[in-house]
Amino acid sequence: MANTTFRTCPDTGLKFNGATESLLKANAVAAVVFLLIGGFYGLLVGLTRWQAVHLLGAQDFYMVLTAHGLNVLIFWIIFFEIAILYFASSVLLGCRLATPKWAWAGFALMVIGAVMNNVVVMQGQSSVMMTSYAPMEAHPLFYLSLILFAVGALIGCFVFFGTLVVAKSEKTYEGSVPLVTFGAITAAIIAVFTIVSGAIILLPTFLWSVGLVGEIDALAYRLIWWAFGHSSQQINVAAHVSVWYAIAAILFGARPLSEKVSRTAFFMYILFLQIASAHHLLVDPGVSSNFKMFNTSYAMYLAVMASMVHGLTVPGSIEAAQRARGHRAGLFTWLRKAPWGNPVFSGMFISLVGFGFLGGITGVVMGAEQINLLVHNTLYVPGHFHATVVVGTTLTFMALTYWLVPVLFRREIILKGLAKWQPYLFGLGMSGVSLFLMGAGTLGVPRRHWDIGFAATGGVTHEFPAAAYTMLALNGMSVIVAVIGGAAFCVIIVGSLLFGKKLGDQKMDEQWIATPVTDEEYAADGGSAYAIPGTIVLAMIFFISFALYYFINWKYLAETWGIS
Amino acid sequence: MQDPIEESEQIPMMQKLLDNPFLLLFIGVATPALLYLVWGLAEIFTIPVR
Repeated sequence: MANTTFRTCPDTGLKFNGATESLLKANAVAAVVFLLIGGFYGLLVGLTRWQAVHLLGAQDFYMVLTAHGLNVLIFWIIFFEIAILYFASSVLLGCRLATPKWAWAGFALMVIGAVMNNVVVMQGQSSVMMTSYAPMEAHPLFYLSLILFAVGALIGCFVFFGTLVVAKSEKTYEGSVPLVTFGAITAAIIAVFTIVSGAIILLPTFLWSVGLVGEIDALAYRLIWWAFGHSSQQINVAAHVSVWYAIAAILFGARPLSEKVSRTAFFMYILFLQIASAHHLLVDPGVSSNFKMFNTSYAMYLAVMASMVHGLTVPGSIEAAQRARGHRAGLFTWLRKAPWGNPVFSGMFISLVGFGFLGGITGVVMGAEQINLLVHNTLYVPGHFHATVVVGTTLTFMALTYWLVPVLFRREIILKGLAKWQPYLFGLGMSGVSLFLMGAGTLGVPRRHWDIGFAATGGVTHEFPAAAYTMLALNGMSVIVAVIGGAAFCVIIVGSLLFGKKLGDQKMDEQWIATPVTDEEYAADGGSAYAIPGTIVLAMIFFISFALYYFINWKYLAETWGIS
Repeated sequence: MQDPIEESEQIPMMQKLLDNPFLLLFIGVATPALLYLVWGLAEIFTIPVR
């Protein structure tokens, strides 16, 4: 029986259960297919917002923007996350997968939902954006497709929890689960809240679209939808932070600086990360300032603190491991000697820096009720989430994929020279997208707007500064760079799966998992490895940037209304 | 040899919590449900109609 057979990877020693391995492959391949589709739509969106190019007409723009958002924010990422959940449970705990038939049923529902959604959206009857705010109405199959996808993903989450039970009852591990698995538990918990919230609002909206429910309250829709829409991005945060810890262990043999601190930070995510959804409602009149401030500031800052803990401990654990292995000189020898030509590392590290500096800091600015007013519903918002979700999550998942192809699929990576550069291309392009969208947003350019020149609006005009047009042009150019990077990733991965040298049971020449750093190595040189001065300097640079940017925004706000 | 009951008592409360995924699941769903969904909906549905 496939569910009780295991393969031991000759390069990593990891035990792959037969059913888990097939499901990992299926979910990972589906993820890359939807990334390819969504990335192509992203190119069309970027070239349309570049005013000098203005590629698509208004109808097509909103249709393609809807498809872009759903493919890359939902389908690519959640397929990959289900693969991570199965990897973090069955593979890392060395046990069989619970109920593989249910896992396949969940996968089938996700595929049906994602394909149906793409077909319905591209028929042009559901150009309602990813948010699909009621009373704007899409085709009933639009809502049904999302419900099917969500049910499939929920099944995947419960297969993950079932696998944790299997591992515990079959005693395949002792003590606590590994930190990476704990991070995956965090992601799965957030996923359950997210998907249940989606069901609470999408089911009645589906019934409304077929005429069985009279009306949907627009305020309530927005509130519940954001519990689904924003929290789905918080699943990503928990998942990609787990992958950061995994890559630190895989490439450097690093152990976390403090298991307790890292686990407590994940626990903060479990408690407080989802409520950040409220920052989308900061100008909604239906909810009080108490609700807004508590959810977006007081409590949410505890989740922000958790992210800063991870942002310190992941590079800190790498530094400690590198110092323990002899790279002790100066502040940054450990970083200089890191494998920058290995896309697994470069992708992960660019993601970490981009997520913190571009995504993290701007997220806090948007979460403060007062300064949020400067950028609410402008292009700043997509600028922020392209830093968190694309530079943060997508690039991390890309980095992990370079490791999974040989280990899981037993195929050698093709085009290794291109693979070496791919994270830089994609990271640079997407950082540009993020920065220039935020620049345009700061100048007041609205998000989701086909034409800021207001052509064909019957006399409705507003003159944006010339710099806004420049920002959109620079964004378009950055999109092209990022799409080349994204296309390179798809070519390398799909090409490796189809044409890469089959590895079978033979061990590769390169080392694919570092030997864990021992207590003796950490204790050498008087235990100086734990001092991590380089990471502390990086953290200080981060804090100074954070404080400066935060207060600059308050200054901007103060200049908005003159006091006379 | 240590008594198993005594041994389990030595595990700190916080670690027991973090080692229980189903308790974490309950907390992780209930907390945002109360702070965000229930609180927010209560405010929206108590807005006077006129």
